[in-house]
Amino acid sequence: MTRTVLQALLSHWRAHRLQLGTLLIGIALATGLWSAVQAINSEARASYARANAQLALGQLDELRDPTGPIPIARYVDLRRAGWQVAAVLEGPYRLGTRSVHLMGVDMVAYPALPAIVEAEQSAAAPDPADMLTAPGRILASSELAPLLREQGDLPPILESSALPPDVILTDIGVAETLLDQQGDISRLVVLSDQPRLVPALSDIAPELQRFSPSSQVDTDQLTGSFHLNLSAFGMLSFAVGLFIVHGTVGLAFAQRRGMIRTMRALGVSMRRLVVLILAELTFLAVIGGALGLALGFFIAGALLPDVAATLRGLYGASVSGQMSLRPEWAAAGIAMAVAGTLLASGQALWRLSQMPILTGPGVRAWQDNAPARRLTALAGLILIAGGTLAYLSVGGLIAGFVLLAGLLTGAALLLPLSLSGVLALFARRAQGPVAQWVWADMRAQLPGLSLALMALLLALAANIGVGTMVSSFRLTFVGWLDQRLTSELYVTAVDDQQGQEISEWLQPRVDAILPLRTVELAHETGPLFLYGIVDDPVYRLHWPLITSATGVWDDVMTGHAVLINEQLGRRADLWPGDTLELRPGHVLTIAGVYSDYGNPTGQAMVSMAQLDQIAPGAETRRFGVRMPPEDATEMAQELRRQFDLPRQSVVHQAAMKAQSRAIFEKTFVVTSALNVLTLGVAGFAILTSLLTLWTQRLPQIAPVWALGLDRSQLARLELMRSVTLAALTACLALPLGLVLSWVLLTVINVQAFGWRLPMYVFPLDWLYLFVLTLLAALIAAALPAMRLLRLPPADLLRVFASER
Amino acid sequence: MNVRALLIAIMCMLPVSSWAQGYAGLGGSADGFEIPQRGYQFEFPKDHGPHPAFRIEWWYLTANLTADDGRDYGIQWTLFRSALKPFETEGWQSPQIWMGHAAVTTPETHYFAERLSRGGIGQAGATAEPFAAWIDEWQMSGPDFDTLTLTASGKDFGYDLSLKAQGPLVFHGENGYSVKSSDGQASHYYSQPSYNVEGVLHLPEGDMAVSGNGWLDREWSSQPLAEDQSGWDWFSLSFDDGDKLMAFRLRGDRGDFTSATWISADGSSMALSDGSTSFTPLETAHVAGRDVPVAWRVTLPDRGVDVEVSALVPDAWMATRFEYWEGPVTVTGTHEGRGYLEMTGY
Amino acid sequence: MHILRSKTGQAMLLNIDNIQKSYPGGRPVLKGVSLTLDKGQTLALTGESGSGKSTLLNLAGALDSFDQGEITLDGTRLSPLDDAGRAQLRRQSVSLVFQQFNLIPSLTVLQNLTFHARLAECQDQEWTLHLADRLGVADLLDRHPENLSGGQQQRVAIGRAMAVRPKLLLADEPTGNLDETASANVLDLMLALVADTGAALLLVTHSHDIAARLDRRVHLSGGHIQ
Repeated sequence: MTRTVLQALLSHWRAHRLQLGTLLIGIALATGLWSAVQAINSEARASYARANAQLALGQLDELRDPTGPIPIARYVDLRRAGWQVAAVLEGPYRLGTRSVHLMGVDMVAYPALPAIVEAEQSAAAPDPADMLTAPGRILASSELAPLLREQGDLPPILESSALPPDVILTDIGVAETLLDQQGDISRLVVLSDQPRLVPALSDIAPELQRFSPSSQVDTDQLTGSFHLNLSAFGMLSFAVGLFIVHGTVGLAFAQRRGMIRTMRALGVSMRRLVVLILAELTFLAVIGGALGLALGFFIAGALLPDVAATLRGLYGASVSGQMSLRPEWAAAGIAMAVAGTLLASGQALWRLSQMPILTGPGVRAWQDNAPARRLTALAGLILIAGGTLAYLSVGGLIAGFVLLAGLLTGAALLLPLSLSGVLALFARRAQGPVAQWVWADMRAQLPGLSLALMALLLALAANIGVGTMVSSFRLTFVGWLDQRLTSELYVTAVDDQQGQEISEWLQPRVDAILPLRTVELAHETGPLFLYGIVDDPVYRLHWPLITSATGVWDDVMTGHAVLINEQLGRRADLWPGDTLELRPGHVLTIAGVYSDYGNPTGQAMVSMAQLDQIAPGAETRRFGVRMPPEDATEMAQELRRQFDLPRQSVVHQAAMKAQSRAIFEKTFVVTSALNVLTLGVAGFAILTSLLTLWTQRLPQIAPVWALGLDRSQLARLELMRSVTLAALTACLALPLGLVLSWVLLTVINVQAFGWRLPMYVFPLDWLYLFVLTLLAALIAAALPAMRLLRLPPADLLRVFASER
Repeated sequence: MNVRALLIAIMCMLPVSSWAQGYAGLGGSADGFEIPQRGYQFEFPKDHGPHPAFRIEWWYLTANLTADDGRDYGIQWTLFRSALKPFETEGWQSPQIWMGHAAVTTPETHYFAERLSRGGIGQAGATAEPFAAWIDEWQMSGPDFDTLTLTASGKDFGYDLSLKAQGPLVFHGENGYSVKSSDGQASHYYSQPSYNVEGVLHLPEGDMAVSGNGWLDREWSSQPLAEDQSGWDWFSLSFDDGDKLMAFRLRGDRGDFTSATWISADGSSMALSDGSTSFTPLETAHVAGRDVPVAWRVTLPDRGVDVEVSALVPDAWMATRFEYWEGPVTVTGTHEGRGYLEMTGY
Repeated sequence: MHILRSKTGQAMLLNIDNIQKSYPGGRPVLKGVSLTLDKGQTLALTGESGSGKSTLLNLAGALDSFDQGEITLDGTRLSPLDDAGRAQLRRQSVSLVFQQFNLIPSLTVLQNLTFHARLAECQDQEWTLHLADRLGVADLLDRHPENLSGGQQQRVAIGRAMAVRPKLLLADEPTGNLDETASANVLDLMLALVADTGAALLLVTHSHDIAARLDRRVHLSGGHIQ
């Protein structure tokens, strides 16, 4: 019996192949975008986990000397006093044009690192003697290994899948040679097992500072907001995809009512039918989900390199550009597909199960369901209010997203009522009979189209909102770059001594030399980079201060005050007039806050004299050089020749700006790609809705046709209707999008990145989006319109015939 | 004699699990390492210090102690040296790896800790004169080998002891040339079996004044095991009448290989050849997921010894990177006394 | 439009001349049917299910195209007309009443009543309201069709058809979906209005009782007039 019933149910899809295709595509699109985002996120998280495991970040405390490297003797002092610490020497290692992170750990004392365990458990386990003694071995990811092999002069390379793509791991004994830092230690990791009594750190090594994991840069935490962003997009796409599923399933159920009634009349219980339909839907969801996974894998693979670039540019987090297929990801994708499909079919299934056995087919063509519309709108208002309330009362990033979600879904729920109102207004003012009919007919179509239009509204609002945010950001960022990068050349010396030489050599040749000295300190909100600056008009004229006390520069330059960046200001709620403790006992008043985009960490600036007091050992390797711009190129070449500096050690302002802008653009490639995809899905939702409405269209159109409108006229009207509805939706999406971008700029950005951006509007972008929307609506309506144009009159006539 | 400790030292210098495979290879060539020579003339104090040209070496002290309340305790302090290559250099690239094991066994429980270091930087090492052997803050040192202070600590225990030798050094086997298998694998092996020990144990329940006697083994070699040998049982027993016995059994596929040294109360010693001592497990305990014999019958008919040796606590398991059983024992039967037992390969 | 208005002087309104029509797939429905209808005349077209009577009515109403022969409606030959031409002819010269789905669901009763007249640009407000009154739907003008009974819907459809004062009213089983009382009521009203306005009527029905109330009766069988 089950088999017979299933056969009957499935026969529907054989007869409605396009519908089946639509349903599967809907499920696939929903699952695809969602799982693409999931794949990207989990790939990134896996990379962080790898990196954190390698660096022991987030787990163990560290000892560092803010003024420079730690000598081996200090390490031995600590060890012989009982302190269980492990030495790490690390630094950038130049590979042609690119720089990788070389990390040397004491492989004897360090806790088992994943990469080392992996190497040891491999078939060709390295001999510890080879690892620890010259020439040693180096471990690198399979991405990096070939590049290293080209290098030639390196120790033998072992490939490891447990390493981030831009990290070289080796024994500290090998690292000191490769980095040419014999006897230096960058930091000491405090191991978890300490003996019962150890003397205080200040008694053994007073110059060392202990950093707890909470004050270290935690990639996971930093990038959390970025991934939340992506996830929000993923969910949005998922929701939009479900609109398609909802529409298609609703239609299929409506069309199968007769069949189901017949089967019930023949003695099949409703319960059995519901179970079988659920099984059928689950089966379809699994197929659609599998297609979606394939799609998602493809999309994620295409987007991942850009995401990786973004994360590197924005947070310095390293993410592998290669996708790997994770079983739990696939399982989650299929589960989402099934859950989503069942969710989207719930209403239709419920209605079906409540259907009395003897109701007529009743495809209701005109349903002025004003109370339902008003109820939906009310729900929308409640959602908006709820989101706003959540944000106002709780605050924070999550509440920010709740606000966004409330605004978006609320506005979407308000859409049917708004559109219906607008259409009623038009209908009242319409003069000709055709116009009157067209408006009335549009209103009649609204219930069937409103889900698709909601999807369109969401996609458009997201586009406008995110677009406005990105463009505002870009505008602000470019202006900021101009303020911030004022020197014509930026020079990096090999070491302090060369820095000194370069400085002396440059002195008579240029307008000014601005040393860029920095030292890493700790603050309760995270790492704090302290910069020393010399008194130069360029700072007073150009430095991008957001807010400042009077006489800010005089106070800073005389060593009485400190400037901090916006991130630190917002995170620690520090503003001019407050004080900042830079080192124990060393407190300065904050005189100003400056904007500092694209940097995740806190920053502060003091006069050079102050820096010398706080961190006497800070290296002097980097300089900004001010000079007439036209001489800069020649000077750069001269510098490189004179001091045998590699190209990248002398950088032009223009090159630096270009690079910064390139990073910026890369950052938002993913966002805009997802934007376009969402819009595409919304367009597809309109198409499926129109196709769904198709069978209900004939009774609407046939009488009009019979009364003397030809099919080409009707087809044109069909196109116009779709475009008009899309246009109206777009008009309503604009204010929503602007609200969205305002929330993004003033709420989400502040929470996620630590900076607040001014909002700029870009009407030309809106126009472009508007045209794109109309185009999408036109394309979506093209297929039904074409069908109408080619429709044999016999089909229209059949509407009137009794055989129907 | 701690034969298995040779392996432990090698295996533990890195968390190298795959190294277990390299174990069979130890029986083979010595890769440029020196090999113990029959008839070697010890030279002191120099030989109290390290021998970097040999693959493995240790300073291995165990002590049976009694607290003021009359209860028995045991401590272990071991420094292993393992060479990846037969030389020493300054800096991180030193091929000498050092490992420390320390333990306190109370009548109720067993505490232990482990340390790892490499040579070349001063974090661990040994010197002959003045004598010192150390890793991190663990240290055994003194003006000479007869007068030592000893310290070690772990997360929840520690000890500070002073040691005073009561007799001469004892050389095992053939004047310190100790054969380990019928194939002729051997080590240089001598002991100071009679230290008077005094000091304090630091335990979670508080400090505890203790006294007793200690036994220090010095051994170095480069090729200690025969290929078929899988583990051993090693006994150092001090009888109440002043006589002492060091005896071990190497368990091998081709049969056990035993060896022993009888140390008279006056300090004179006599090596006892393979087969002169017999070992019979009487009772096992389930420790760390395996069955370990914690009561033994040891007989040495030549000396009229027929004793039962039983562990103070069965749970004296060293769950270090390479695991073994090491703990104090009490002796009853023809002779009464105390001692230490080490068992590996279970 | 001028073609339609140019009178040929003949009393003949509709001339169907040897029409042949096949369904897609080639099955012939009409195998050479000829028929004439004079102005003001009422004609019942009867036949078995599938005899082609609806098809013939649709051809006469310029709703569909035929394979061979010619139809002349009020002096206009239908065969040369394209889709747009036929649509114009429907707008201007014929009125249609079908068995069901006569009305435009999204428009109100009033909008439906006036729809055809406004398309044909010949709306006469007074006449429309008179019709509504006569047809008993004057109280329902603001309603939507789905809120009407079948009989009411059909009366609105007749009102819409007569609002243009058609020369020819084509009705296909207009009472087919109605019960006996409603059916009689609708038919009475339709015949009365046809008589009052002098329109010609071509009515497809399978009911002999209804056919008997019309001037002429033609039976279609096997694709031929019997």
